[in-house]
Amino acid sequence: MKKLMIGNEALARGFYEGGIGAVSSYPGTPSTEITEFLAKYDDIYSEWAPNEKVAAEVAFGASLGGKRSLCCMKHVGLNVAADPLFTLSYTGVNAGMVVCVADDPAMHSSQNEQDSRHYAIAAKLPMLEPADSDEALQFAKASFKLSEQFDTVVMMRTLTRIAHSQSIVTLGEREEAPEKPYEKKPEKYIMMPAYAKKRHPVVEERMKKLAEYAESCPFNRVEWSEDKTLGIITSGTSYQYVKEVFGDRVSVLKLGMINPLPKKTVKSFAQKVDRLVVVEELDGIIETFCRTLGLEVEGKKLFSPIGEFSQSVIRKAFGLKEPENVQLPNPVPLRPPMMCSGCPHRGIYYTLSKNKITVIGDIGCYTLGAQPPLCAVDTTLCMGASVSGLHGFNKAGEGAFESRSVAVIGDSTFMHSGITGLVDIAYNQSNSTVIILDNSITGMTGHQQNPTTGLNIKGDPAGKIDLEALCRSIGIERVRVVDPYNIEECEKAILEELKAPCPSVIISRRPCVLLKYVKLNAPLEISNDACRGCRKCMKLGCPSISFKNGHAVIDETLCVGCGVCKQLCAFGAIQGQGGKVQ
Amino acid sequence: MKTTGIMIVGVGGQGSLLASKLLGNLLTAQGYDVKVSEVHGMSQRGGSVVTYVKFGDRVFSPIIDLGEADYIVSFEKLEAARYAPYLKKGGRIVTNTQQIDPMPVITGTAEYPQDILEELKNLGCRIDALDALSLAEEAGSAKAVNIVLLGRLAKSFHIEYDAWIKALETTVKPKFIEMNKKAFDLGYHS
Repeated sequence: MKKLMIGNEALARGFYEGGIGAVSSYPGTPSTEITEFLAKYDDIYSEWAPNEKVAAEVAFGASLGGKRSLCCMKHVGLNVAADPLFTLSYTGVNAGMVVCVADDPAMHSSQNEQDSRHYAIAAKLPMLEPADSDEALQFAKASFKLSEQFDTVVMMRTLTRIAHSQSIVTLGEREEAPEKPYEKKPEKYIMMPAYAKKRHPVVEERMKKLAEYAESCPFNRVEWSEDKTLGIITSGTSYQYVKEVFGDRVSVLKLGMINPLPKKTVKSFAQKVDRLVVVEELDGIIETFCRTLGLEVEGKKLFSPIGEFSQSVIRKAFGLKEPENVQLPNPVPLRPPMMCSGCPHRGIYYTLSKNKITVIGDIGCYTLGAQPPLCAVDTTLCMGASVSGLHGFNKAGEGAFESRSVAVIGDSTFMHSGITGLVDIAYNQSNSTVIILDNSITGMTGHQQNPTTGLNIKGDPAGKIDLEALCRSIGIERVRVVDPYNIEECEKAILEELKAPCPSVIISRRPCVLLKYVKLNAPLEISNDACRGCRKCMKLGCPSISFKNGHAVIDETLCVGCGVCKQLCAFGAIQGQGGKVQ
Repeated sequence: MKTTGIMIVGVGGQGSLLASKLLGNLLTAQGYDVKVSEVHGMSQRGGSVVTYVKFGDRVFSPIIDLGEADYIVSFEKLEAARYAPYLKKGGRIVTNTQQIDPMPVITGTAEYPQDILEELKNLGCRIDALDALSLAEEAGSAKAVNIVLLGRLAKSFHIEYDAWIKALETTVKPKFIEMNKKAFDLGYHS
């Protein structure tokens, strides 16, 4: 049966057909939907873990326990999971185990564009990379067997344009995984020096065998053209752009297994073509490999390591003509993403911005508070860095910063890795103020449950971590909860906690306005008679409010009646039923 | 058959994912090779969003580059202008006349360009402009702007009306089929 599927659904289907028994992941664009699709199968175990390191370790435990297992993450999530990953290379697996990582060239929804292929090389693990949904399904299906055959974790690399592009796949049947009962093997699974020393040679030997396998791996193929003046080595989406531009007019070595690379295949391909070019997004990894083989090759001389490719990038690199197009005489105003109408983060950010407080930020929707007019965020680094970053900032200030700096972090991000920073604050005693923006969901990645929501990945009741109790239990005595729709309450809490002589946590609690169960209020209206055009409400950066003919105007199709603007208006010009903070 | 490219552009939250899903279902049912590419995540929060739909005998690249789109379906007129450079020479833009101010316009650091559609026409773009919001409201929901615009696209498209309706029926939830059919027809006959 054929079906149109995004790459992530195809990966999920492939893992399912390949006999997966357990998946544990942390959401991260563009990898999130793989685990969401897998959660729809009731005959496998699926979960959202608090972070990628935990997910990888859960997957390892499941492999040990006899189930083919998987963990999925975005590229930066692999940094978090890197600790278990490097030593998993030594232990190998029991049942097959796959780590699936999604890179985001062009940073559509990421803070950097690191190239995950370096991890496969550094950790000495095989890595596969599909170029469309059908390959995603086929590679995923084969990955567990490969893992078991070579007793290794297999890495699957995908890219935004694979993960979120739909193409046609051919569905197959689910294969039954062979039974793999757990056996105690200290020399394989206990990585203390005496045993680890014996495992490292196993890793090196395995890489040699995998390199041999790569020569005959069905996922690497040569597409010969009659014309052999130009030969291109490529993989993933880059392959599609090359084919879009050249069709069958050039010879292509299309790699599906991108670590280890096949020496003989590459050499033999290179010998048969006049000019060898590597087309790869991000870093010049295949190109460098070609050079180590002594081949004359072009790559990053023609292509940038920055951003994602397209057919136009390929055309330009080869000096081909670009299609004609319309040139606009004036630039079109930008339309950056922004916090939604009624977003509960807005009230907190308005308060922080108004009081000129330094805000050490984190990863999530609330990064959008960095934009004008709020401009409320000072830093964004990585998951959890707000809490620990604030602690370091305050230590550097030797008392000068503590009364005017805070950390902001979402509920899911706090559970991911904010908690360890808070432990540092409690332990090493900085007088820091941490605001947990608890919108009761993992927002940016599209509403995934997390340990604080009380529901699991399937939406069924689950354990619920009590944030207040958790913070108190590690020694934070001042923990208070505010409603971010109540500006006065927010301001009072923030100013009081900044002044307080000990560390504190403010939990700003209100569910994401996009959650289906959230009841929206009627839109508010502005009375032109009362509005003096002071633009105070415009400081909120609410997409519902604009300014026309000297007055603020509320777009009734967007306004959800959160009432934050109503509290700011000194002239009572904003009216309506909304804004009753309940 | 040569590959045809359709871009669906608009403001995050306007329903471009449903429109691309409908097109995907329609074109797959017609036996084409199809690719649909969209970006999830941060760009969906009220930002400018774009989805690429490509079909033909064999589709390689999932994305559409400058000067390559046969059609641009735009849910908002500023977005029609933003992506007009992607239109192929002789291509067609089907656009909603609705104006949604982006944040730089709201905060007063930029101006919403007036007569933007006229300007595009003068640059040689073929423009099908319609007030899809009013038609969607007439059909029963402001959210049906996407379907009204697909109805208008269908008018200048080589696939027959019945196939569109069938694709619509397989794409939208049963309780919304009648409303969406009405929206489609209002676009189709506009």
